[in-house]
Amino acid sequence: MVEVNFATALSRFYPSLKPESIEANTVKELVAKLDGLYDNLSQYIVDDAGQLRKHVNIFVNNEMISDRKGLTDVLSHSDKVYFMQALSGG
Amino acid sequence: MKLMCVGTRKGLLVFGREKNQWSLQKTNFQGIPVSQFFADPVTGDWWAALDHGHWGVKLQRSKDRGESWEEIAAPKYPEGEEIRDGVPATLAYIWAIERVGDKVYFGTDPGGLFSYDEENQFTLNRPLWDLPSRKKWFGGGRDNAGIHSIVVNPEDSKNFYIAVSCAGVFETKDGGESWVPKNKGLRADFLPDPTSEIGQDPHLVVASPADFKVLWQQNHCGIYRSVDAGANWDFISEKDGPADFGFAVAASETDPDTAWVIPGVSDEVRTAVDGKMCVCRTNDGGKTWTQLRTGLPQENCFDIVYRHCFDIQGQELAFGTTTGNLFYSSDLGDHWDTVSNYLPMVYVVKFLDLD
Repeated sequence: MVEVNFATALSRFYPSLKPESIEANTVKELVAKLDGLYDNLSQYIVDDAGQLRKHVNIFVNNEMISDRKGLTDVLSHSDKVYFMQALSGG
Repeated sequence: MKLMCVGTRKGLLVFGREKNQWSLQKTNFQGIPVSQFFADPVTGDWWAALDHGHWGVKLQRSKDRGESWEEIAAPKYPEGEEIRDGVPATLAYIWAIERVGDKVYFGTDPGGLFSYDEENQFTLNRPLWDLPSRKKWFGGGRDNAGIHSIVVNPEDSKNFYIAVSCAGVFETKDGGESWVPKNKGLRADFLPDPTSEIGQDPHLVVASPADFKVLWQQNHCGIYRSVDAGANWDFISEKDGPADFGFAVAASETDPDTAWVIPGVSDEVRTAVDGKMCVCRTNDGGKTWTQLRTGLPQENCFDIVYRHCFDIQGQELAFGTTTGNLFYSSDLGDHWDTVSNYLPMVYVVKFLDLD
């Protein structure tokens, strides 16, 4: 199980959003499992091709994931995963 | 009550008109760019396309005229589809929404046309996407090609047009089973062969409600009109006047010879001509143009008007600008009133009657 935390900004679209514990071996597997908890949440994180959206970041513990296209970064038990919005906009 | 629904960079603003005054009734999606708005004349549903900076393109639908909204999962490009070799096709923008027969159609960047049916399914129009020319379409202002115009024959919904920046105008007569380019007479001055059938840059195409064979096109390279349903386009820009470059065009509901454009300085500048806001109207099919300026700013004006930001309903016209000004005319553009000077950048303006 990994511990998953979400950017506060996502609560606007998912008011019931809260930290979750999810079984996943890779970031890709984790993102796919989000939709089972929150309808279409994965589409806020990745685009049609499954690539991480340009202005979204995923951290595993304190490290940004390295594979933004394939999300192949490996997860270990009790990792802390953070779905964050990038600092951008205006 | 009459409404004016204004999609902006910071939300969907609904203005209402009472006692000859417009006032802001409701702000929806505050802070979120609204790229398109559509009120479905068949179901009464309101659709809003959102262009989140962070979270991607989203679709919202309201069944109670904007009182409440539900998110509809946006169309997705099928796995493995490519814009061009090695570049995955992913939804970047929803630029056009229109009712076509029993479906609602969505024109998108990077060039896919999706239909939405009663089973709540989006389907990519394959015949258009699979056109051999499609991988040669390219972006004009946007990174990739996009469909911004969907023009439907009111007497035959199997016959409709789309316009693509940059590719040109395409017509189907069989409900989207096949598509034919309709770009004869257009000139793309930015191409080695300006008369190329593919690669034209229509900024907006509209049909005359009074005669569907009459199409108006504000193009990157001037203004065009067709009187034969797109078979041929005639160049009708003003020779020594401002009516030439621009994005928006509006057609009279009753007179196929009358239309309005809102000029700007050419593509690399993109400001109001001579720093003065001007609407141009033709009443003779583009042979001559009349400048309409009364009530519009005539100094220090940098505004231009994007393609979906100009609407007409009967005698009434309204447009919103890139610098957040919103103007309204009740007399076919002869006089203009300022509705607001303090809006975000405007992306779409639509009149609505609430009966």
